Amino acid sequence: MSVLDRGPREQIQVLDEAGELVGDPPSLSDDELVAIYREMKLARHFDARAVSLQRQGRMGTYPPMSGQEAAQVGSAFALDEADWLFPSYREHAATHVHGVPLERTLLYWMGHESGNRMPDEANVFTIAVPIATQIPHATGAAWAATLRGDRHAFLCYFGDGATSEGDFHEGLNFAGVFDTPTVFFCNNNQWAISVPRERQTASETIAQKAEAYGFDGVQVDGMDPLAVYRVTREAVAKARDPDADESRPTLVEAVQYRFGAHTTADDPSVYRSQEEVEEWRGKDPIPRLETYLRETGRLDDERVDAIQASIEEEVSAAVDTAEGERRPHPEEMFSQVFADLPDRLREQLEDLERLRDRYGDERFLKE
Amino acid sequence: MSAQNLTLVQAVRDGLHTEMQNDEDVIVLGEDVGKNGGVFRATEGLYDEFGGDRVVDTPLAEAGIVGTSIGMAAYGLRPVPEIQFMGFIYPAFDQIISHAARLRTRSRGRFTCPMVVRAPYGGGIRAPEHHSESKEAFFVHEPGLKVVIPSTPYDTKGLLISAVRDPDPVVFLEPKLIYRAFREEVPDEEYTVPLGEAAVRREGGDVSVFTWGAMTRVTMEAAENLAAEGVDCEVVDLRTLSPLDRDAVVESFRKTGRAAVVHEAPKTGGLAGELTAIVQEEALLYQEAPVERITGFDTPYPLYALEDYYLPSVARIEDGIRNVVEY
Ligand SMILES: Cc1ncc(C[n+]2csc(CCOP(=O)(O)OP(=O)(O)O)c2C)c(N)n1
Ligand SMILES: [Mg+2]
Repeated sequence: MSVLDRGPREQIQVLDEAGELVGDPPSLSDDELVAIYREMKLARHFDARAVSLQRQGRMGTYPPMSGQEAAQVGSAFALDEADWLFPSYREHAATHVHGVPLERTLLYWMGHESGNRMPDEANVFTIAVPIATQIPHATGAAWAATLRGDRHAFLCYFGDGATSEGDFHEGLNFAGVFDTPTVFFCNNNQWAISVPRERQTASETIAQKAEAYGFDGVQVDGMDPLAVYRVTREAVAKARDPDADESRPTLVEAVQYRFGAHTTADDPSVYRSQEEVEEWRGKDPIPRLETYLRETGRLDDERVDAIQASIEEEVSAAVDTAEGERRPHPEEMFSQVFADLPDRLREQLEDLERLRDRYGDERFLKE
Repeated sequence: MSAQNLTLVQAVRDGLHTEMQNDEDVIVLGEDVGKNGGVFRATEGLYDEFGGDRVVDTPLAEAGIVGTSIGMAAYGLRPVPEIQFMGFIYPAFDQIISHAARLRTRSRGRFTCPMVVRAPYGGGIRAPEHHSESKEAFFVHEPGLKVVIPSTPYDTKGLLISAVRDPDPVVFLEPKLIYRAFREEVPDEEYTVPLGEAAVRREGGDVSVFTWGAMTRVTMEAAENLAAEGVDCEVVDLRTLSPLDRDAVVESFRKTGRAAVVHEAPKTGGLAGELTAIVQEEALLYQEAPVERITGFDTPYPLYALEDYYLPSVARIEDGIRNVVEY
């Protein structure tokens, strides 16, 4: 039986909180399992470095993701290279798995225009900061693929808060009507800044909303990387198959928690208790997978240490690259507004250049 | 008369507090306005004092927040919805434009919309993408809306109270760059600053400089620098962008015959064009130089590494004013 056939109120789990197998593991090679582990560790370390860069004034506001590694890595791993990923603003790990270098993510949060340019070889759409706006885009791109006869899946991430926006409804409704190959992946981390999940919807689960759109909805333990992988893999396979007799879209609700603040500008102690945080920390996805991999002989101290050393090196290199980037040239503000630079923009750029020449950059830059 | 030294954002809070005490029909709603006290702390403590029925954390949905506010207002309440950042007001645009702005007109006065939509606007705080825009012109363009932008703590409280008491919908835009930039004495008791009246921040005879919000401070700094060079600027803070205080604009321009406008919104379609048209219509024969528009560029607001170039800086403002004076 497909896991997608379960009721939307039945949460799917493969590894329990102690790392014990409690469900059917997905078919993944040893190397793939270790790669998932490594990506999760990388994400955790990246997150800590990013928060610390912000604290030191080396980066702007940053949205941390620790606690959410299993949901991001497990789901993005379920994509093939040709599939598409539509992120919100917190998917640093998912986008990395699908081919976006860490330095690109750092540059974005450092305020560089170049951070917004996804590499040509990565099928990743631009980051969406306005909540839920990427959902109809993912539906539309998936729809276009069906019109072209392409067999790709489109994985779209958003939060629990996003399910309250009209764009969520419209995006999922179109997906149902036009039977698009879209997997809607809700990172339900229990909070939309200070607003708890129960304040977003009176529905018992988010997954059950799919019923009303006419496709599968499934709730998964979002802190269990193997369950997330398994559910997403099946949803992606179903999405790609135009001949399946089921509808192609799926809504996945990955139940999880953000351990840190909403962003570095947020103080979560105002709205949630430390006990709550501790309770969820008990579900931490990383020790969970590590235990399983150690107990099944796929990891040992030596490999764990080697992984730790290699991710630290990778993150440091990304930080060095991002910080080595020089301040963008003001021309970047103008160059990509239209295909061709209109006269009025050219004149504005020339005016700015004239002023910079005349008065010197220091009269413009605040720091 | 007792008063406190407040920042601009504290004056927002104080204005809301005053009106909530005065009038049980005033209710505050939006994302994170309750327990969290707002992401900028503009509603801090209101939830504890007035309870969750009057200070409401809503689902994350701007069309819902403003749409339900319109229904509440029509029913007789005085809702003050908060939009967390101006860049996120667009889901509510349809509700504001198609309904709030014309409910009175469409229902021939049977239903009205005494609602104040508050939103922080503007750049310069190293914020992420979509958090720095100044799109006041969209709202000024819409008949049936009033648009207010304060630049001082004192005005903030007085204008906000006027807005809440106004019988029609008001878009109240708060310059977040200067939310905490300085303090000013703000009386504890209620007082109003009337909508639709500009304030002359600096008198001068050589050139009129029209501005508002966060740009007022930068413009004042430029004006002081220019004074040292012998250029005497009159700085007019418009405070309300709709309805515009045409009399104040024309009066100042008749005195100086020269004008510059400073705003951080893009140049094309920005309010500087409207102000230029006003002086042409009302005071053409006094005009001695083209009106200079010192504004944001006609580009999307950049990520923050470039924002200091985007925003009118003291140097750019001085340069623009010199052009007018030396013409
Ligand atoms: C349309 C819109 N409204 C408001 C915001 C401000 N905002 C940024 S994140 C956020 C909460 C989002 O919560 P959720 O969808 O659960 O995602 P999470 O941040 O928890 O990952 C809000 C209100 C925004 N970015 N876009
Ligand atoms: Mg959330």
